[in-house]
Amino acid sequence: MSSNYLEIIRPGINTTFQDKGRDHLYHIGIPFSGAMDNRNYLISNKLVNNNLDSAVIEFAYQGPHIKYSGEKINCAITGDVIFSIKKKDTEIEGKCYESYQIENGDEINIISTNKSVYGYLALGGEFDVKFQWYSCSINTKANIGSNDGKKLDVGQRINLKKINSNKDIKKTNYINTKIENIRVIKGTNFDYFSEEGKKIFYEKEFTVSKLSDRMGMRLEGPKIDNIVNTNIKSEGLIKGVIQVPADGNPIIMLSDHGTIGGYPKIGVVASVDYDRLVQMSPGSKIKFKEINLSDAETLFKLYEMETQNLLSQI
Amino acid sequence: MIKNISNLGDAALYCDFGNEVNKSINSQVIKYFKTIKEKNFEGINNLTPSYNKLIISYDLKKTNFKEVKNYVENINVQDSKDINSKKLEIPVCCHENFSMDIKRLEEILKLSREKILENFLNKEYFCYMTGFIAGMPFLGDLDENMRAQRLETPRVKVPKGSVALTEQFANIYTFESPGGWNILGNTPLDVFDSSKEDKPNLINPGDTVVFKEITLDQYKNYNE
Repeated sequence: MSSNYLEIIRPGINTTFQDKGRDHLYHIGIPFSGAMDNRNYLISNKLVNNNLDSAVIEFAYQGPHIKYSGEKINCAITGDVIFSIKKKDTEIEGKCYESYQIENGDEINIISTNKSVYGYLALGGEFDVKFQWYSCSINTKANIGSNDGKKLDVGQRINLKKINSNKDIKKTNYINTKIENIRVIKGTNFDYFSEEGKKIFYEKEFTVSKLSDRMGMRLEGPKIDNIVNTNIKSEGLIKGVIQVPADGNPIIMLSDHGTIGGYPKIGVVASVDYDRLVQMSPGSKIKFKEINLSDAETLFKLYEMETQNLLSQI
Repeated sequence: MIKNISNLGDAALYCDFGNEVNKSINSQVIKYFKTIKEKNFEGINNLTPSYNKLIISYDLKKTNFKEVKNYVENINVQDSKDINSKKLEIPVCCHENFSMDIKRLEEILKLSREKILENFLNKEYFCYMTGFIAGMPFLGDLDENMRAQRLETPRVKVPKGSVALTEQFANIYTFESPGGWNILGNTPLDVFDSSKEDKPNLINPGDTVVFKEITLDQYKNYNE
């Protein structure tokens, strides 16, 4: 029986284990999953001296309140998150992108994300969690992954099977940048939409709806008119695809998306903007900006270099 | 054969095999899918075959559109390639406890319950693809007189095991999920089992399926 563990005092509203995700399974209907904001996931692991592909706790909006029991261990939170750490006699306001040492009886209270959606809690060690297809990522819709594929719940105990011996405290000055323009590449059904519809797509502002989750982001705004057919023969999807169903409101596929869909695809979000897209909370305004494939590839390369630089400086 | 290859975003290839839905085009898609899957090209992280398209997604950190396109264009897909398909018999119970949309189907198709079941059961189906939700098979083709549209308002919860129809296809809900297909019955079989990591899907693209009717008693005792 492990002597190092977490107890969930309050689970928060959408708290799951996530890692790098699982691939090679679209053809049987299992999406990629994994941490929604990959860059913040990687940084959280680096801050506590973990392997970069270790499991972390992902939360959305309101986070968990947890109590730790066991030997000293490091923890770090990334994203734009308001939290506190309660020690025996004191409670300190936590800062993102810094690691803290916690010990037996300490509590981490993640109050909420600030004008963003996802945050990450990494602990310097290894959670004792089940892997399915080489990933512990929880897909609550298909009940796949660790914790029987379900969100973390109140009263639950989570064991750690290993604690890192490297307990160096780390810090980085990373600041999450916000963008209003999401760059997109023309979709395979772009010509299904009227000239007016295409113009609306690139020129008007859309609002992120409350009906957004790990599967998809629904947008509200001016309707995009379809002049060919509001259905296509069902075919594969990838994350970032923007489908427009008959009601004219775009839906962006996110990491837990259904693998097959039958609505026309007006565009696909460029990989470079995915991490920032998923952080747009309900009510945020989005504008789409067209870019071509080769620019999208170059921008992603630069983004990836920037990520590697950030990580190497921690 | 692939008619056209384009990009779906910056991290996937969109291979278009045509617009029709038929076994012959779909078999081509499945052949490509199986060949590419076997060869394990570095950087390709997912393949999604559907009726007449194959989407190949890749890790943009490892490869790019040009490389993957070039690879797919030059791949040797042998026509004789055995797609290694199985023939399966799926038990289905069409008792009124399960056949939630039989009345709706009777009205739309203008056929009696008996006739609908007779048409549905005496037929061999071809699995075109699996997905949307994990393991869900898309089976075709229903006869012309058996084709109905989706429900106008989809159900929030379709029970696990539901066997349902829409247009020229039948499917099976592998777990409880929202859905708008016309429910005809329920199978006690686990069509998707996530504990079997090497083979979670009972039915795979290219397989042939027949439905065999069972009684409510047989259904209840099926897993004992």
